[in-house]
Amino acid sequence: MARKPLDYDQLNENVKKVQYAVRGELYLRASELQKQGKKIIFTNVGNPHALGQKPLTFPRQVVALCQAPFLLDDPNVGLIFPADAIARAKHYLAMAPGGLGAYSDSRGIPGVRKEVAEFIERRDGYPSDPELIYLTDGASKGVMQILNAIIRNDRDGILVPVPQYPLYSAAISLFGGALVPYYLKEEANWGLDFVNARQSVAAARAKGITVRAMVIINPGNPTGQCLSEANIRELLRFCYEENLVLLADEVYQQNIYQDERPFISARKVLFDMGPPLSREVQLVSYHTVSKGFWGECGQRGGYFEMTNIPPKTVDEIYKVASIALSPNVPGQIFMGLMVNPPKPGDISYPRYATESKAILDSMRRRAHMMTDGFNSCRNVVCNFTEGAMYSFPQIRLPPRAIQAAKSAGKEPDVFYCLKLLEATGISTVPGSGFGQKEGVFHLRTTILPAEEDFPAIMSSFKKFNDSFMEQYEGYSRM
Amino acid sequence: MATVVAVENLNPKVLQCEYAVRGEIVIHAQRLQQQLQTQPGSLPFDEILYCNIGNPQSLGQQPVTFFREVLALCDHPSLLEKAETTSLFSADSISRAKEILATIPGRATGAYSHSQGIKGLRDAIAAGIASRDGFPANADDIFITDGASPGVHMMMQLLIRNEKDGILCPIPQYPLYSASIALHGGTLVPYYLDESTGWGLKTSDLKQQLDDARSKGIDVRALVVINPGNPTGQVLAEENQYDIVKFCQNEGLILLADEVYQENVYVADKKFNSFKKIVRSMGYGENDFPLVSYQSVSKGYYGECGKRGGYMEITGFSAPVREQIYKIASVNLCSNITGQILASLVMNPPKPGDESYAAYQAERDGILESLARRAKAIEDAFNNLEGYSCNKAEGAMYVFPQIHLPKKAIEAAKAAGKAPDAFYALRLLESTGIVVVPGSGFGQVSKSNLS
Repeated sequence: MARKPLDYDQLNENVKKVQYAVRGELYLRASELQKQGKKIIFTNVGNPHALGQKPLTFPRQVVALCQAPFLLDDPNVGLIFPADAIARAKHYLAMAPGGLGAYSDSRGIPGVRKEVAEFIERRDGYPSDPELIYLTDGASKGVMQILNAIIRNDRDGILVPVPQYPLYSAAISLFGGALVPYYLKEEANWGLDFVNARQSVAAARAKGITVRAMVIINPGNPTGQCLSEANIRELLRFCYEENLVLLADEVYQQNIYQDERPFISARKVLFDMGPPLSREVQLVSYHTVSKGFWGECGQRGGYFEMTNIPPKTVDEIYKVASIALSPNVPGQIFMGLMVNPPKPGDISYPRYATESKAILDSMRRRAHMMTDGFNSCRNVVCNFTEGAMYSFPQIRLPPRAIQAAKSAGKEPDVFYCLKLLEATGISTVPGSGFGQKEGVFHLRTTILPAEEDFPAIMSSFKKFNDSFMEQYEGYSRM
Repeated sequence: MATVVAVENLNPKVLQCEYAVRGEIVIHAQRLQQQLQTQPGSLPFDEILYCNIGNPQSLGQQPVTFFREVLALCDHPSLLEKAETTSLFSADSISRAKEILATIPGRATGAYSHSQGIKGLRDAIAAGIASRDGFPANADDIFITDGASPGVHMMMQLLIRNEKDGILCPIPQYPLYSASIALHGGTLVPYYLDESTGWGLKTSDLKQQLDDARSKGIDVRALVVINPGNPTGQVLAEENQYDIVKFCQNEGLILLADEVYQENVYVADKKFNSFKKIVRSMGYGENDFPLVSYQSVSKGYYGECGKRGGYMEITGFSAPVREQIYKIASVNLCSNITGQILASLVMNPPKPGDESYAAYQAERDGILESLARRAKAIEDAFNNLEGYSCNKAEGAMYVFPQIHLPKKAIEAAKAAGKAPDAFYALRLLESTGIVVVPGSGFGQVSKSNLS
């Protein structure tokens, strides 16, 4: 007798459990409205070029030449490409025998990994081994690979900040592990709370969970806070005491909008602390070309660097990487260019420096505008975006709004965000997509809309919010 | 203090999976390659020849000029505003780049796209599929991925709940399948291709393996067919394909059709037919038969492995299931844009009448004819070697000759703790610098083959 083909109830349960709100309900609704002709401002994902940020000129010149090496043979190529872009294209083509169309080493082109190692050494002051740097199709793939290696079953727990970027919760669900939350302190500028973290770990262990790793996102997503050196030291000591591998998501390290706490890598602090920690704490550090002032999300270029990971484990990670054959070569070249950009004296340097500074200065201004704009709204409280690309304001929803949400069968912040979307076209992600304390609601937006559009966007938001609050907080007429 | 992440406490599925294409022999070859650089003349050969992997451009195959022109223009769109560009690029590559950029919101090739891939590019792919098969294709059924391999992983993830879920795979097979099944904790249910009949596939064999697995309590969910085959190169006869579809329908199996070598067919008496075409020509409509078809930009005559471009076309799945597939795709946000653009170019290349058509056709035919000649030459060469027999390479990029190893060789292998074919492959490498993959890496059990 014929069996029915694939039914929903026969799917892998782990797949069904996965949630990824960044492209979930709000995004799908926004896309629908866009199809119907409504103007939508997508602030649901950190996707700078989609909101008008221009790519940097130099990397695009270099990659175009690498794509079409026949251009290098043309006598007129110097008319439309600067000499240093031409030289750099030749540099990468020499590193990639077979050009952009051949699978590279599964860990990435050795020459690019060397450039990454040199970048890390310049940044931190400690040598870095290219053999322990793996390039990936975006940092997310690297996160997935490491978590897949660590999680054996549902009794393996991963400490994840709340709020977090939901790649982590999604990956943990997918691999059948346990998410062990540690809450950031909103009232202390989203600071780390080790009392809470210790309690979480103890509670998890009491349930028979082995807590294996701790995720830290610095600068934070969605929260934007930048950790101080003291914070990172405490974090590393915590990992040492609790026997955890630290997974340091540092993809926003170029996006810093205050001067009190510049970016400092977990690896630098670890080595500054010296033995025994520097020799024993296991660390995986992530970076990408998608963020910073590069914003080259579509290239899918990332890397992870392993510190104090035993060679046999590295072999297993290499094995899994090899099944995917190799990360995409253009993305690898973008990574090489990002860690080894034009220098003072290079023909392209002035333009590169001007373009970069313009983007970063504008982001800093927008971080302020957005924070101030939210704080001027009724029942909205917003921490300053110290880094990264997002704003995560707290929306103090009145009880009647929460009730209305319940009647509509929606989480309160989803309800608010849907109304915001329909009234203004601003597409955000509800805080529940990132995790938050029970009964405390947020939304995440990006600081990426064009600077000239900001005043209109913030005023549109304020208008919606204040009238929403008026509607649900107005005194009942009894 | 105990190290946290050590081999003893890694995910056992990671420990179990294997991928011989880049396994032990290749790692050794890379070491020898370094030795050649640091101590030239220290080995009996001058260079390492990587024949372990279908990586054409690493062995000198040139990319298709038109494709690279379009990609360069899309990578650096400000070229389109410069007067000099018209003297450096063909007119139709310029217009194609403009067309493509117009389908990308904001012309932003650096932005994350829709998680299934840019709509305009999926439309082009769907049109290419329709023109290939004579049956319509829907852009919403297409998921563009970083190479075909992530699409395979996605389906394994979706289908495998535990070790009692089985996937029927050809033996010999491309070891992505065995690795992916192991990684996702499922069971590989082998079906054996028959070397004596040119690696033929009989549905009676499929049925036998299926029943055997079911009797052991395995819930077999899907059938993987690689056509043209890897590593075996055979191209399925149309009749065979009808039987396979009927078999899947009767047994309630999803058909996973790996068709990445669809443009690599070297024999005049065989033709590639997509399973989508077969299924539709048998009268099954959009909702009737669950089929996932894979294509890639890595193979064919384009050989753009390093770009990581590919797609899967999903038909016959219910809406709730498709939502889950979309959701998994969305966690990675999107595949790389260059790969997406290339996938649309491969499925929609220059046509007769286009300015670039003549050059494109010459490049394409040159590559394919050369591949066909090399397939024949290498097949003949192996058949003339002592101890070798080799089936015809009808398609794909590989030969999988059988080596009849002498008893003493097999004993020496055992003594060295190696599979006999791995022992041979290692000796081959150390004597000649030629890197191959032992047949045991593809699942051959009792016989020895090389790829």
